[in-house]
Amino acid sequence: MISKELQGLVDEVKDGALSRRSFLKAATAFGLTAPLANQLLAFNGVAMAQPASGYKPTKAGGGGPLKVLLWQAPTLLNPHFASGTKDQIASRIFFEALAGWDADGNLVPQLAAEIPSKANGGLSADGTQVTWKLKPNVKWHDGKPFTADDVIFTAEYAADPATAAYTTSAYSNIKVEKIDNLTVRITFPNPQPFWADAFVATNGQILPKHHFGDYKGAKSREAPANLKPIGTGPYKLVDFKPGDVITCERNADYHVPNQPQFDTLEVKGGGDAASAARAVIQTGEYDYAWNMQVEDDLLKRMEQGGKGRVLVAVAGDIEYIILNTTDPNVEVDGERSSVKTKHPTLSDPAVRSAINLLVDRDSIQKFIYGRGGNATASFVNEPARFKSKTLKYEFNIDKANKILDDAGYKRGADGIREKDGKKLKYVFQTSINAPRQKCQAIIKQACQKAGIDLELKSVTASVFFSSDVANPDTYTKLYCDMEMYTTTQPQPDPERFLNQCVSWEIANKDNKWLGRNVSRWSDKEADEAYKAAQKELDPDKRAALLIKVNEIFCNAHVFVPLLARTRVVAAANNLFPRVTGWDVDTWDLAAWYRT
Amino acid sequence: MSAARNLLHGVDGPRRALHRSRVPEETAVLNYLIRRLLLAIPSLLGISVILFVVLALAPGDPFEELATNPNVPPEVREALRTKFGLNDPIMVRYFRWLFAMVQGDWGFSFASRINVDTLIWQRVPTTLFVVGSSQLLALAIALPVGIYAATRPYSIFDQIANTLAFVGFSLPTFFTGLLLILIFSVSLDWLPFVYRSDIAATGWRWYWENLRQAIMPITVLGLFQAASYTRYVRSAVLDVIQLDYVTTARAKGLSERAVTLRHVTRNALIPVVTLVALQMPAVFGGAIVTEQIFRIPGIGSLLISAILANDTPVIMAVTFVFSCLVVLFNLIADLLYGWLDPRISFG
Repeated sequence: MISKELQGLVDEVKDGALSRRSFLKAATAFGLTAPLANQLLAFNGVAMAQPASGYKPTKAGGGGPLKVLLWQAPTLLNPHFASGTKDQIASRIFFEALAGWDADGNLVPQLAAEIPSKANGGLSADGTQVTWKLKPNVKWHDGKPFTADDVIFTAEYAADPATAAYTTSAYSNIKVEKIDNLTVRITFPNPQPFWADAFVATNGQILPKHHFGDYKGAKSREAPANLKPIGTGPYKLVDFKPGDVITCERNADYHVPNQPQFDTLEVKGGGDAASAARAVIQTGEYDYAWNMQVEDDLLKRMEQGGKGRVLVAVAGDIEYIILNTTDPNVEVDGERSSVKTKHPTLSDPAVRSAINLLVDRDSIQKFIYGRGGNATASFVNEPARFKSKTLKYEFNIDKANKILDDAGYKRGADGIREKDGKKLKYVFQTSINAPRQKCQAIIKQACQKAGIDLELKSVTASVFFSSDVANPDTYTKLYCDMEMYTTTQPQPDPERFLNQCVSWEIANKDNKWLGRNVSRWSDKEADEAYKAAQKELDPDKRAALLIKVNEIFCNAHVFVPLLARTRVVAAANNLFPRVTGWDVDTWDLAAWYRT
Repeated sequence: MSAARNLLHGVDGPRRALHRSRVPEETAVLNYLIRRLLLAIPSLLGISVILFVVLALAPGDPFEELATNPNVPPEVREALRTKFGLNDPIMVRYFRWLFAMVQGDWGFSFASRINVDTLIWQRVPTTLFVVGSSQLLALAIALPVGIYAATRPYSIFDQIANTLAFVGFSLPTFFTGLLLILIFSVSLDWLPFVYRSDIAATGWRWYWENLRQAIMPITVLGLFQAASYTRYVRSAVLDVIQLDYVTTARAKGLSERAVTLRHVTRNALIPVVTLVALQMPAVFGGAIVTEQIFRIPGIGSLLISAILANDTPVIMAVTFVFSCLVVLFNLIADLLYGWLDPRISFG
């Protein structure tokens, strides 16, 4: 009976309802000593799990050269201006964050001594404060010590609007203060269920104050250290040619014992994905290549008897279709697809649910993406606790036909269904990318069998994904009936990702189509659930709220999710990189090793 | 390119100058040079306006990657656009660019945020080495083959050379490049197919490694260029070889070798020299496709990645430098023409 009550208390601590101190008090009442009670908390996983990296080498160095091939070449090495993944990967070699995300979405300390938790006093009970303890005896590449001042400076640097840092959103609303040389405290204006954004992973790479101090704000471009990074990372820069190559040598003073294993590191950029795969898997000229956007069949053929293999990590990115419920052909106040309009046929839920049944996700996975994606009916898929358990997908042409029959859409002489003179003819747009065009064709074929005619349109990626206000073909304009693309979920937490479902983010002319809600559809319940989730500190309740937002959009079939994309990389057979879907490829480069 | 050259000749081209009254030769050349250089200014201005406007009108945004990233608030993108002056009218942007360019400031790359001239200078040596060597290789093949084929027209050698030349310039470099990679890298594993600008070795090993990685791209480019040069050399030599003075030389009892080399080739190569001079800007401009296939960090790959990233300052600088070189080498070609062919004067 006692243990049951104790368990209840532990759960309360876990959820943040009970502070660690009150737990200890209560536990002593049960006759437990404080250390034992502490152990109990740790045992129950209140401190985040820290899985071992499996690192084998017993001394640093001696591993020879490591050669990495990125088929898009890094162009800059300041992590706070690194827009593309290529630049984030490159700058993470030199700069480190307080913590990074492993493959399971766990936080792993890097420049932090430990991950803040309620147990170690790092997280305040009200969810507004996070205290980070920094790792002692960490040195910058130039020998100067790493301290709390650098952390504070990084926050100021990124928060300054004149710097125009890409990471600014993580720092703009927080207060960071120095407690002592190795402790910093973040204060949020309101409770933050997801607090691991500032100083964590891609957004959190710490800059040395003594190199960037004079280059905050408008002068940020002029910092010499933008091209000659001095970080704390496992490798030091030797030479950097933007758009071509980065050469590095081992950092002999690295703060993790026995790491890194490799003596030199070369990161070569340029070319295309397929030949990068060839250079790693087939000829072994390189040891590692990222982002293998190559047909899985081809990769499998290369792997047979090759010198390398393909590794896959789950991620939160989703390839999905938006069904436009507003009218793309009517202009209201200078914009088409305005929320003031209604799509003649797609605003009918029956039509949308029919289209959902006409998407053959299994075939798309099997024949097009292979290991690059997993068929899904849910908009959010990872981490698993945020995935909807109720959403299921089905490919059923007969059922789709029946739904359309019941809804009163009759086939005309040309085989295309219509009702009240409105035909089921849609423009289906996406970016130019071979797998996407194949997807379009598969969906078009199925729709044809149900009397829906799709006109396929593909737009150059550089136009489709641009924010050019004057261009009608950008994805946020949604001047089409359906569109398909991948949207990225950068953190292992879907809150920010799901702002694509809230009414105040609807893309329109007023916000220059920069709003995150591209579908333009909104639902009061979803809005409320989202707002509640932003404040909810109980992880389970919060997950339930976010799942609700996801389910509302998927059940309305405004979102038609296709595949949860995975990260596919190529590595030499004897190389053991730590791949994760939640951070950049080089997040734990120090722990890569060769056998 | 020949169209551009004709355009630049205008009405005052060298051919018309033949009929002018006699002026001391040196002053004439100097006058001609000054006139051409002055003429180059408006044409370069015109080129720059066209380039700038086309780039400004082209769709795309250098900060497009930020658009799909939920972590980057739209305000950052807007702030950057304002900071880099992308929201100003085209005219303002053009004159800002022009004044900076005149003062030697080429601007900075939006993608890497470093100065464009630094970026270009990093790439020039590699491009000069690879494309320059391929031009040398092309000439080394085309001259002997073209001349030999022309002295024996319609012989078996000529037929074979012609066929090969035809095949050579019909096959695009991306095809021959991939073919060579497939044979020499993937199947035989003899040569690397990723070009590295940072070879760690020193001394002879460094030269050897550099040569090894450059063999395939140089061959691909060289053979392609050789094919068109060969046909050009052959027809130029064929034109000259039928002239009366060649017959006279033969009649004087000169050896076939002396006739071919001293009498025929010298005159036949005048147009070829012009052609080669006009190819020189390409040595700077690099080879976009081949550089991409072999990952050569040259000007061509800089240009293509800048285009893909909508990095306007880099595109503008590379294309503008390229057009300057085209104008310059047109002028050099014309001067060379006059120097090689005394019948032409610059009066």
